[in-house]
Amino acid sequence: MEHCPAALAHIGGAPDKTRNDQETTTRVIPIAPKAQPGADACNDEDGRVPKLDLPLARREFLKGSGVLMGTIATGSVLAALAPSPAWALELKTLSTAEGKTLMAMGRVLYPHKKLPDAVYALLAKDLDAKADAALKAGIAGLDQAAGGSFVKASAAKKLQVVKAIEDTPFFNTVRGQCITSLYDNDMAYAVFGYPGSAWEKGGYITRGFQDLKWLPAPTAEASPPPFLG
Amino acid sequence: MAAGAHRRSQPAALPGLIPPPQNNIGDTLATFDFGDDSVVVIIGSGAGGGTLANELCQKGLKVVVLEAGGVQSPNSFINDEWKSFSQLAWLDPLTTSGTWRLAKDFAGLPAWICKTVGGTTTHWAGASLRFQEHEFRTRTVDGEIAGANLMDWPLTLKDLEPYDARAEDKMGVTRTNGIPGLPGNNNFKVMYAGATKLGYKEVHTGNMAINSRPRDGRGRCMQLGFCFQGCKSGAKWSTLYTELPRAEKTGNMDLRPQSHVVRIEHNDAGKVTGVVYMDKDGKEQRQKARIVCVAGNSIETPRLLLLSASNMFKDGLANSSGQVGRNYMRHMTGSVYAMFKQPVHMHRGTTMAGIVRDEARHDTRRGFAGGYELETLSLGVPFMAAFLNPGAWGAEFAEYMDNYTRLAGMWLVGEDMPRESNRVTLNTSVKDKYGNPVPNVHFDDHPNDVAMREHAFRQGQAIDEAAGAIKSFRTPPYPSTHNLGACRMGANARDSVCNSWGQTHDIGNLFISDGSQFTTGGAENPTLTIVTLAIRQAEYIASQMTARAI
Repeated sequence: MEHCPAALAHIGGAPDKTRNDQETTTRVIPIAPKAQPGADACNDEDGRVPKLDLPLARREFLKGSGVLMGTIATGSVLAALAPSPAWALELKTLSTAEGKTLMAMGRVLYPHKKLPDAVYALLAKDLDAKADAALKAGIAGLDQAAGGSFVKASAAKKLQVVKAIEDTPFFNTVRGQCITSLYDNDMAYAVFGYPGSAWEKGGYITRGFQDLKWLPAPTAEASPPPFLG
Repeated sequence: MAAGAHRRSQPAALPGLIPPPQNNIGDTLATFDFGDDSVVVIIGSGAGGGTLANELCQKGLKVVVLEAGGVQSPNSFINDEWKSFSQLAWLDPLTTSGTWRLAKDFAGLPAWICKTVGGTTTHWAGASLRFQEHEFRTRTVDGEIAGANLMDWPLTLKDLEPYDARAEDKMGVTRTNGIPGLPGNNNFKVMYAGATKLGYKEVHTGNMAINSRPRDGRGRCMQLGFCFQGCKSGAKWSTLYTELPRAEKTGNMDLRPQSHVVRIEHNDAGKVTGVVYMDKDGKEQRQKARIVCVAGNSIETPRLLLLSASNMFKDGLANSSGQVGRNYMRHMTGSVYAMFKQPVHMHRGTTMAGIVRDEARHDTRRGFAGGYELETLSLGVPFMAAFLNPGAWGAEFAEYMDNYTRLAGMWLVGEDMPRESNRVTLNTSVKDKYGNPVPNVHFDDHPNDVAMREHAFRQGQAIDEAAGAIKSFRTPPYPSTHNLGACRMGANARDSVCNSWGQTHDIGNLFISDGSQFTTGGAENPTLTIVTLAIRQAEYIASQMTARAI
């Protein structure tokens, strides 16, 4: 998107070039091998990261500076989408703690109980890709304002801390990135009930585009029946 | 997740389905010499330029179409909001100023228009409404409105009616020419229930240039829900797969994609002689012309005239009135998204699935001049996040997103006041990749626009409430899709840029061929009128050439 980011800065940044070019990584974060000990026991909502034994993955992860891990609850709509309930995501510049702080800030900005941590981890991943000193300073500022650890602060304290920096470039960077990171991925689509592209399935002409039954039907004059051949 | 994310299988076989038009643009294009000064050069290939090209080619004229964007097709359209945006949108740098909220929300993106063969007809929703009689004479009807630059059009509805009819036939507009209306989707059911409960009378699935049944070699609407991203079924009219291939078939069209015109040249006699453009390799080319028609939409069209300033025309071409770039309009707009207890799934089906027309009338008892339309609209989750309330965050925003399946959407669009100070100028402190000053778009809402938006928000919310909404949200304007004016037509050269045929007053062989010609905006979505004017202009150009007047 070499020709437009400035224009779109406020929308949340243009869709990331690398994500556009690599279809397979667009809406996916690397998922660790299935059946890791303890994975099922973890509740993704509270952000706790299980202690997984990832002997194969670990060597790769260690190349980066941080790693975020979690699981997708087996009962969620996302379980069927994921090849494994466990996920792990490598950060190149940010530390694990910094990544978690950004995830926590994402949850303050756009609090969706139904969105798993895996989605907020996408925010950390996308910000990691463009991390600079200002971003790191902003993260440190969150911890400082929270009296040590932003992640561990109470919900009220987190909200207060974020509200206090509303006009800063750091805030705008993170908030803007949320728009594409949190809402333009398959997990968000599934959670919010938006199936995306429909032409592959023949559109909605025979798949419920007028299945709303809780209001009186329009007259045939106002809304003629569909042409079905 | 990865496996299912981007399936590319064939659509299921359904009755009434004609395979999407295969875009073979380029197979039989004519090739005219750069030095051929007998050609008509058309800049832009959208509703204005694409239609004009076909009309002129059908009359046997040689046409060179220079389009800044590349060629896509229904096959290559991407039904993914952000990816499609990258594929189709005009993303060259622009700047903004003024008190309109867009200058804050989308400072670098005041308009949501397209840079692709077919122009913004790839992205448009398809609403095709005729102007009303009184809308051509706002100065007479409304008199002097302080801070507004109202002016009567130099033509009347009666003048346009025959051409409106031809445009409707060409585009296959529903509820004209015996074409049935489209079937309403769930989003329309909400609008219909609420609007009729409030007592609105003219509520239906609109006059849409989207096939409700197979017509003109194109299939019927499959209710894909991605009208804004390029219609993959080809049911929606776009010059990309109607006008342009037909023009090509005549053997009279030389279409050059990725050709960005940077300057129009003229001779000592003050007639234009051709254009300079940057080709796909960034190489400068010069195409001679007998006539130049500018159809680059209402920001780039005036910009090009201003960029073409010369010793003879120091303020830009066709600008003796000083009106080039002025009276830029973008329609009064806004949206209402309402939350219901039960599912709506507004994304299913035609994006603009229905309309309430009762407020389009002229009735100053409402506290404002002009009228507006209420039309259903839906956005997918990615664009809902970007546009619901730009810059917002927190629990309320999240609640709307959480309830995406239970939202109904509606767009408000009405006539805005032309103002001399709302204008497109050259921003010499910011340059594009060719080193040319970018356009700055300055806009201040007129009090009339503000009053109309307030009324429209209230009525839109009342409609949703009548249908049972729990709550609703007033979404501010999106980047402008209806960019109008800035090279307005008028009766005399003193205060307008072109005459009723789009011919500039100052330069007889230079034409304005897009919505820039609009003297005032009307309440209606403008594409039909742009097509209408293009058909009429083609007749005029042909007759003037035959008469050797040009």
